[in-house]
Amino acid sequence: MSKKIRFIQGNEACVEGALYAGLDFYAGYPITPSTEIAEHLSERLPQVGGKFIQMEDEIASMCAIIGASLTGKKVMTATSGPGFSLKQEAIGYACMAEIPCVIANVQRGGPSTGNPTHVSQGDINQARWGTHGDHAIIALTASNHQDVFRITVDAFNLAETYRTPVILLFDEVIGHMREKLVIPEKGEVEIVDRLRTSVPKDVDYHPYLPREDGRLPMSDFGGEHRYNVTGLFHDMWGFPSNNPKIVNDLLRHLVDKIDNNVHTITRYKEHFLEGAEYIMVSYGSSARSAIHLAQNRRNKGEKIGVLELQSIWPFPTELVKEKCANAKAVLVVEMNMGQVLAQVKAAVRNPDRVFLVNRIDGKLITPTDIKQLLRVIQGRGV
Amino acid sequence: MPVKDYLRERFFPHMWCPGCGHGTILNALIHAVEGLGLNKNEIVMVSGIGCSARISGYVDFHSLHTIHGRALTFATGVKLSKPNLKVIVPMGDGDALAIGGNHFIHAARRNIDITAIVMNNRIYGMTGGQFSPLSGPGVKATTAPYTTIDSSFDVVQLAKAAGASFVARSTAFHVKEATEMLTKAITHKGFSVVEILSQCPTHFGRKNKEGDAVNMLNLYKDNTAKLGSKALEEKPHLIPRGIFVDSERPEYCEEYDKIIAAAMKEKAS
Repeated sequence: MSKKIRFIQGNEACVEGALYAGLDFYAGYPITPSTEIAEHLSERLPQVGGKFIQMEDEIASMCAIIGASLTGKKVMTATSGPGFSLKQEAIGYACMAEIPCVIANVQRGGPSTGNPTHVSQGDINQARWGTHGDHAIIALTASNHQDVFRITVDAFNLAETYRTPVILLFDEVIGHMREKLVIPEKGEVEIVDRLRTSVPKDVDYHPYLPREDGRLPMSDFGGEHRYNVTGLFHDMWGFPSNNPKIVNDLLRHLVDKIDNNVHTITRYKEHFLEGAEYIMVSYGSSARSAIHLAQNRRNKGEKIGVLELQSIWPFPTELVKEKCANAKAVLVVEMNMGQVLAQVKAAVRNPDRVFLVNRIDGKLITPTDIKQLLRVIQGRGV
Repeated sequence: MPVKDYLRERFFPHMWCPGCGHGTILNALIHAVEGLGLNKNEIVMVSGIGCSARISGYVDFHSLHTIHGRALTFATGVKLSKPNLKVIVPMGDGDALAIGGNHFIHAARRNIDITAIVMNNRIYGMTGGQFSPLSGPGVKATTAPYTTIDSSFDVVQLAKAAGASFVARSTAFHVKEATEMLTKAITHKGFSVVEILSQCPTHFGRKNKEGDAVNMLNLYKDNTAKLGSKALEEKPHLIPRGIFVDSERPEYCEEYDKIIAAAMKEKAS
């Protein structure tokens, strides 16, 4: 059978990935530049017996998917800057109550209403720390539609594996750009379903008692096990508790289950990194320009490459340190005021040799933008 | 099934103050569920934040204690994703109609098959006695030391206007009546709202010199009258109790099933 080949927007590639991963339920609210995700899912989900609901606001959308996840469904919402801000409290709830869900944030310029129809990567730190309190989070990104598809599938897999919200940090250029997508055959890409409890009926089930491997098998609402779910610190039954040991243990569990698995969660790509003296660390649509430049300069014999990050949180500190160990300079290419830059500086041995190449005016950063700074760093003049 | 089998005794005693009306509402609710002979596995109770919201922890149903004001949105996700479940959403007055006001009217507009209970004590109890959108003018609260100037919502009128297809009001004094209304609300297909006035002697009663729980309950007896009663006709200033709306309107989950059928048919053709 010939492969299904499409020429589509990035937002639709995300939809294809979500459906491939087994999405059952989507709740959303229209917002540029993510709206196409909702539009396509409103058409596609009912065709496969899934449910789509347009809620009254962004908060309601986030909460509705959490409710649906508890009945055993694979769930998702999509948004952009202002909507992502509104969703933060409920994202924290999903962290605390350990409820799998996927949130796509197709980034636009901020703060506030900002630059709705133009590109930005300004929500990197918001994805990490947008909700209050200590917690861990998984955030993924991609720079082309094949990867958008793949990373969306991964987002569902990781959400179900770690019982956590997973954030897809796309951007306006990726969301709206059209390019080719080859949809894999069923079975070609691994799909992870959530672990469900084997505790039989009438035996006490502890929804929040981690197994030895840290995982917590779930039981669907409507099933044989009735338990409590809360955003308060809670004991193994899910019942509220402020017992210091319970509070301490739960918070550590929430952070450790993700941060201790950074190696398993890390996703990245190398482009021309072999023997590279100058390394560009980039992600999302910025990475396209970085890769383009690296290709051109390599053709001219320059030793330059790109480390493309596809997982931003938990930040792959060890990976960045290792890959950049022999670089004369590291250029972080991103469309914000240096949000990943700070992480890279903290990761490498020589932070003074890490430079920011950014663009924050709503225009996609170009290979020429990067080249101009590269020349200065290389001592070749302006 | 004995009523106590619907409770999680492990988590008692409950955290409500002595004299609080919320325990009485829990009692009415359990009796309604018991009377209907519902399977505990088929019931999901979703609540928000506040004194009222703790009710979900004490019942032996699937229970979801969520964030402030958003209980109905979580409940919408539960119900639409698994429509065979009975979804009951108890809320406080602040939870339902201040921070949650938008969700309240939209759930009513959709007529999704959820039972919303507004446990109205006209005060924010858990935070120590601030006025709510149901306090009304002339009330003393910790954030209204000179009395409130805010008008209150009429829950019944609001729910009616927003499209709820079952709307009723009772009080913690009229337990049998409240139980009957809850029974009807749970059975009703569509969005149902039951407002139950609930005394808060600790905060509202003390600040507003309404006395102890018994005095406050007596006030519910004296200040309310049954819909269509002679008492209400003679004293129209009394708060009416009863069933204000009981109508049939297309239910959201059933309508969505039609969308699925149409989408599948279109795809197949």
